[in-house]
Amino acid sequence: MGAISLRNIVKRYGTGPKANQVIHGVGAEIADGEFVVIVGPSGCGKSTLLRMVAGLEEISAGEIWIAGVKVNDKEPSERDIAMVFQNYALYPHMTVFDNMAYGLRIAKVPMSEIRTRVDQAAKILELGPFLARKPRELSGGQRQRVAMGRAIVRKPAVFLFDEPLSNLDAKLRAQTRLEIQKLHGELRTTSLFVTHDQVEAMTLAERMVVMNAGRIEQIGTPDEVYHRPATTFVAGFIGSPPMNLVLGEAKGASFQTGGQHLPLAAPAPRDGALVLGVRPEHVEIVEQAPGWPLRVQAIEMLGAERLIYGTLGETLFTVRLDATLAHPKIGDVVGLRADPAHLHWFDATTSARVEARPVATTAAP
Amino acid sequence: MVERRPLLTFLTHTVLLIGVAIVAFPVYLTFVASTHTAQDIVQAPMPIVPGDQFVHNYVAALTGSEKGAGSGAPVGRMMWVSLVSALVIAIGKIAISLLSAFAIVYFRFPFRMFFFWAIFITLMLPVEVRIFPTYKVISDLHMLNTYAGLTIPLIASATATFLFRQFFLTVPDELAEAARVDGAGPMRFFKDVLVPLSATSIAALFVIQFIYGWNQYLWPLLVTTEESMYPVVIGIKRMIAGGDAQNAWNLVMATAILAMLPPALVVVLMQKWFVKGLVDTEK
Repeated sequence: MGAISLRNIVKRYGTGPKANQVIHGVGAEIADGEFVVIVGPSGCGKSTLLRMVAGLEEISAGEIWIAGVKVNDKEPSERDIAMVFQNYALYPHMTVFDNMAYGLRIAKVPMSEIRTRVDQAAKILELGPFLARKPRELSGGQRQRVAMGRAIVRKPAVFLFDEPLSNLDAKLRAQTRLEIQKLHGELRTTSLFVTHDQVEAMTLAERMVVMNAGRIEQIGTPDEVYHRPATTFVAGFIGSPPMNLVLGEAKGASFQTGGQHLPLAAPAPRDGALVLGVRPEHVEIVEQAPGWPLRVQAIEMLGAERLIYGTLGETLFTVRLDATLAHPKIGDVVGLRADPAHLHWFDATTSARVEARPVATTAAP
Repeated sequence: MVERRPLLTFLTHTVLLIGVAIVAFPVYLTFVASTHTAQDIVQAPMPIVPGDQFVHNYVAALTGSEKGAGSGAPVGRMMWVSLVSALVIAIGKIAISLLSAFAIVYFRFPFRMFFFWAIFITLMLPVEVRIFPTYKVISDLHMLNTYAGLTIPLIASATATFLFRQFFLTVPDELAEAARVDGAGPMRFFKDVLVPLSATSIAALFVIQFIYGWNQYLWPLLVTTEESMYPVVIGIKRMIAGGDAQNAWNLVMATAILAMLPPALVVVLMQKWFVKGLVDTEK
């Protein structure tokens, strides 16, 4: 009932040849009850996409279906959605109760029903003691919960979240993330959540949509996106520190980059120009001779682990090292061994993923 | 400033007291003059303590029972005319400005900016500048000596429109969007969200515009020719006959005091809101 279907959505501002197209034919299917996170760098069009689903932004081309109804020309209030805004957008002059009840009042829901629904939402969100207060008397986290309460009381088919956690401090953000997860577990309402924070995306999403420059780069579970990134963009965007991407020339079981010759445990998927991707956590430091030579330039101590920054050939390369292990010094040249099961290959021109040849040791992630 | 210097405290208080005396003394003299007989006031030196004619003078002024050389219209009626005009002007200005600012900020229609600038340019055209054409229009519409004639030409207000426009621009867009998601139509959003949020600005504007309306002089002077439609400010003027005529100065002064009271009352009663509306940034 709460499924969302995006069909070839286009958004452009202005008309004619000078039109500025910001979303280039985006399509996605979101099942009823699913929690989908749209993630991408700022300016990638993810908020615009969400606002188009909400009906706050017009769609230049394509179709949006919510719960089996085409909603292109419907007002936001007729789309059976509720939205949580980044700055919460609470009505400053109304009490918490009135903020939550406003939409229901307009919908002419009987007062007794409004009372029960608001009380119920207040109970779930632990807002009971604050119902008579004004938003300015609440802390950031409480305001955020009121904004969610306002969405909950409407019992919509779809929740839309527009970076709702970005105005909270780190600790509260982690806590609210858990609350949202718990809430979704209880209500099972289809949710579309926009964020630029990959940690939020990874932890909250059942499936995530990675966007870049108005296009969808990949749709998949956090596991899929992390272990099998579809493009170099996804590979570089998801994961912290990001995946090392080395451009070079593959020939059989060797990879040539910046004058360096890197031996591979298994032959590359094909010969020619490729991008080799390997995450910092899938590399270990070994003897110099058979390993890839890394010239260490900086070391960061993060408590449980150390990040070793250096150059491999001419490419910057990061290695994540358990802090208990011996570590090299700045200026050293050390050998690296990448876990052959965790090598990623991308086409050098299209930047799309190239599947590795099946190897006995390459277990599926 | 937190400084503990007795001499400085003394000095600042002296300056303040002198300031108060300069401002308050003429008002005090007006009050004193309104409590004496006409003969007592015109003698030199003028008395500077209140006399015993207070009740008599004020009753005479309010009812118009005693005539001097000038007009002897009852001040009670004039106060009523002034009150109605000032209220209509203040409320009318606020209502029209709120609506036009709402239209300009929240709606996209053709020639939006043209209308905005058209309103803005009228700032350069106060009543004094357009007085002849305006008079002609009002006269042709037979609105002389009516409340409509006294108020309508003064209602349109670029200043207030501009003030509300600036305020509406500071209201986050998300609020309007949240209202749309909640199902509130434009007028509902205006009534339930914008107007309550503008409450302090409205109060400040009301004070300013009420006083503006109450103190109107030039325009009522033109459009009122009947005593029954004189606002009190004009009434004072009409009570003073020119030349060497013997004016009932005690009644003139009583009328002046009466004319000063309502604006003072509005300021005193709405002071808290007024100041809040001018300085409040946290909405």
